[in-house]
Amino acid sequence: MRLQYPTNINIIRVPCTGKVDIIHILRAFEKGADGVYAVGCLEGDCHFNTGNLRARKRVEQAAKILDTIGIGGQRVQMRNLSSGEGPLFVEYAKEMVELIRELGPNPLKKAKAEIKKRENAA
Amino acid sequence: MIVADKKPIEEIVQEIEDVKSLLIAGCNECVTVCEAGGKKEVGILASALRMYYLNKGKDVKVDEVTLERQCDHEYLEEIRDMVERYDAIVSIACGVGIQFVAEQYPKMRVYPGVDTCFMGATEKRGLWVERCQGCGQCVLAKTGTVCPITRCAKRIMNGPCGGSTKGMCEISQEIECAWQLIIDRLAALGRLDEYEKLFPIKDWSTDRAGGPRKVVREDLQQ
Ligand code: SF4
Ligand code: SF4
Repeated sequence: MRLQYPTNINIIRVPCTGKVDIIHILRAFEKGADGVYAVGCLEGDCHFNTGNLRARKRVEQAAKILDTIGIGGQRVQMRNLSSGEGPLFVEYAKEMVELIRELGPNPLKKAKAEIKKRENAA
Repeated sequence: MIVADKKPIEEIVQEIEDVKSLLIAGCNECVTVCEAGGKKEVGILASALRMYYLNKGKDVKVDEVTLERQCDHEYLEEIRDMVERYDAIVSIACGVGIQFVAEQYPKMRVYPGVDTCFMGATEKRGLWVERCQGCGQCVLAKTGTVCPITRCAKRIMNGPCGGSTKGMCEISQEIECAWQLIIDRLAALGRLDEYEKLFPIKDWSTDRAGGPRKVVREDLQQ
């Protein structure tokens, strides 16, 4: 299957979504990502039993933090599919791009640029 | 161990809105185990705060350090060279560690980043329970190794009270009656005769009633 998914998505492979921690999600935003989503196996199908469930909880916690600091918790999402569902992967990718387009870019990028502008003016 | 819980970020930032540089200091001991103040939590809080300030258009330096312990002068001494570079420190050690940081560095603004809760144990990941209140004169030998000071809401020494119902305490359906636990344990040990003995009046001067406490061991002092 050769399916096309949006090119503005950067895939980071992990052995299991259980490897994804809150700090990884936060760092992605610190580095300027507009959104992050973790794609794990279907719930109940984790090879390590609970990896994808843990990932979901961490995604939720990261979302809460992002809400608190004004970046927007909606920018981080959890999705599940089985490894045979290529078309669904593409669908999720498109959905995510759509969602981020609605939310706009990561506000930190603008903030960084403004600080830089101020520094240059001074 | 000492059990602490994360403080909401909203609450932490209230105290440090004005700083230009900040050090987040974690502790490798109890608060690491209860996942409130270890290296991992330092990283998360620091990252969140960096983004918080940036999003408000402020250029604040937020750095991270995790000490072996914050309740020991010698470990606190290790950061002497770096503390001067910051306007404030947010410590996510227990309340003891937080105060010790401030005592070691009297000119620094030091703020708590956790709520310190109690002395307890890990029942399972994500569930910590209180077991000792440090009363200064342990009675566990007489109570089937269940602490009535900690686990009985009224801290009574000759229980149960009239509110004990089906093994639960009258203050909540979810809290076991300490005295029921004591009786059950003594019965299991075949030592119910201990239960028949009346407890003498407990000397509370070794507890908080006597003011802040000290343990003095002259044999160890130099
Ligand atoms: S009797 Fe006192 S020292 Fe012993 S466990 Fe209870 S509170 Fe702690
Ligand atoms: S019900 Fe039991 S635990 Fe609760 S206050 Fe009475 S004796 Fe203490």
